[in-house]
Amino acid sequence: MRNTQRSQKIAFFFLFLATLLIVVPVGLIVAIIIQKGIPAINWQFLSDIPRQGMRAGGIFPAIIGTFYLVFGAIFFALPIGLLAAIYLSEYAKDNLLNRIIKLAIVNLAGVPSVVYGLFGLALFVIFLKFGASILSGSLTLGIMILPIIITTSREALESVPQSFREVSLSLGASKWQTIRHIVLPNAIPGILTGTILGLGRAAGETAPILFTVAAFYLPRLPKSIFDQAMALPYHLYVISTQVPNVDEKVRYGTALVLLSLVLFMNLVAIIIRYNFRKKKKW
Amino acid sequence: MRKFKEFFIEKLIFICGLASIFFVVLIFLFLSKEGLTVFKYVSPANFILGKSWYPISEPAQLGILPLICGSLIVTLGAAIISIPIGIACAIYIAEIAPAKIKEVLKAGIELLAAIPSVVLGFIGMVTLVPWVKTIFHLPTGLTALSGSIILAFMAMPTIVSIAEDSLYSVPKSYKEGAFALGATHWQTIYRVLLPAASSGIVAAVMLGIGRVIGETMAVMMITGNAAVIPQSILVPVRTLTATIAAEMGEAVVGSEHYFALFAIGIVLFVISFIINVTADLFLHKRH
Repeated sequence: MRNTQRSQKIAFFFLFLATLLIVVPVGLIVAIIIQKGIPAINWQFLSDIPRQGMRAGGIFPAIIGTFYLVFGAIFFALPIGLLAAIYLSEYAKDNLLNRIIKLAIVNLAGVPSVVYGLFGLALFVIFLKFGASILSGSLTLGIMILPIIITTSREALESVPQSFREVSLSLGASKWQTIRHIVLPNAIPGILTGTILGLGRAAGETAPILFTVAAFYLPRLPKSIFDQAMALPYHLYVISTQVPNVDEKVRYGTALVLLSLVLFMNLVAIIIRYNFRKKKKW
Repeated sequence: MRKFKEFFIEKLIFICGLASIFFVVLIFLFLSKEGLTVFKYVSPANFILGKSWYPISEPAQLGILPLICGSLIVTLGAAIISIPIGIACAIYIAEIAPAKIKEVLKAGIELLAAIPSVVLGFIGMVTLVPWVKTIFHLPTGLTALSGSIILAFMAMPTIVSIAEDSLYSVPKSYKEGAFALGATHWQTIYRVLLPAASSGIVAAVMLGIGRVIGETMAVMMITGNAAVIPQSILVPVRTLTATIAAEMGEAVVGSEHYFALFAIGIVLFVISFIINVTADLFLHKRH
């Protein structure tokens, strides 16, 4: 008996150790970036264009470029993703087609990000002749985050109790009226969570924008959706590997801005979800 | 009028429902359209098994075996690190951690999943790469090992969250039954819960590995990008993904090199397709 107790203690100790092996490095990574990045952050860094071959000045065009790309992607992916989620949760029957759709979503989520880049290059940049532009980049990122939006929205819609729908239908509302006025409003926090997670993912990805939009160095702001743009993740890649002798402070500063942006969005998503779960009446 | 409007909306919903199928097919079509052309210049066997990748020499040598080996060695290393740690962490979160710590740990894992790969690559470059260089007395720290370690951290969130889900969804009665027979908590975990959740854990591992194979930026920044067949884990390697990302910018549209990079894209697409379909089968085995 004492033997089994001891082996349980040893086993649990190793499980705990493994958990520390994941959590401690994550904390360290975030702490190092914050500690070394903070000195670089000032108003000039956030609002100026890059100067001296990106070794000085700021990262303003990259921040703006990332915002354009992210909102372009959501503008495209949210309507399609939401309607697809409505189809899956409200209309789809448990048949082969439904099974294939779910498999397609799983696959879309698993396609490597650089393959999205190739696809965007072949379809948007070359075949549709959009060129390397914000439009091409946004559409590529939009398709990439589609599975995130569909999956989270579908979960949100499905978690609305069946009885809500039954009451609405029994009062004479049509199916679409029920979805529009009963199901959707109750699912909004969940849909919002998915949308913000999608935003965060789109903001951090580099490979899909490499050949579809990203400009190595463009010291002005894009004027239309057919312009190239700088973007934060690509800028971080460029100044850490392609440009020699960049001050470490600038690199850490850029990493910190990108990380804060992405983590902030994730934090907002987590808070919305948490509040929603607490308030949920059913 | 309202009927017409609803008819229209429901058709639109149906069309959007099919969007994901449409995009998967579209991706495959466009990769094939550009990528299959490469087989005019090189046979499929020589493409996959050719030992030299010199895409811009005359004549171009388009053998991707070094790249496949690079991807394999980095993935294997990442799997060896991330699978035991990931599963152990999943068990700890699902079974042992007190409720409050559990929430903190889950948030920590989500945090890790959210860190952009280019940031992880950057951190790997400035911290891990110099360590690997000094510890193993190497001429460069940009090696397959460095790549494996960083990639392990990208696979872990996937492995932990899916494995934890599947452990959590084992019916409570299994656990109660084991306790009633006098088993300790640990005996219950590894004799009852782990076997019951095994198909979900297999899926977790597969999806984690899928993420590693497809990862691009971090790998490109820290594996050194040497397109030769690696003899050990302590030399620079170049993966399939990094090759596309690093070379597509310079490849001339319509050249052999350009088509070859798309053909590598097809290889990656097919690998991820197989992994995801198989993992999905494992995940839905119970139902």
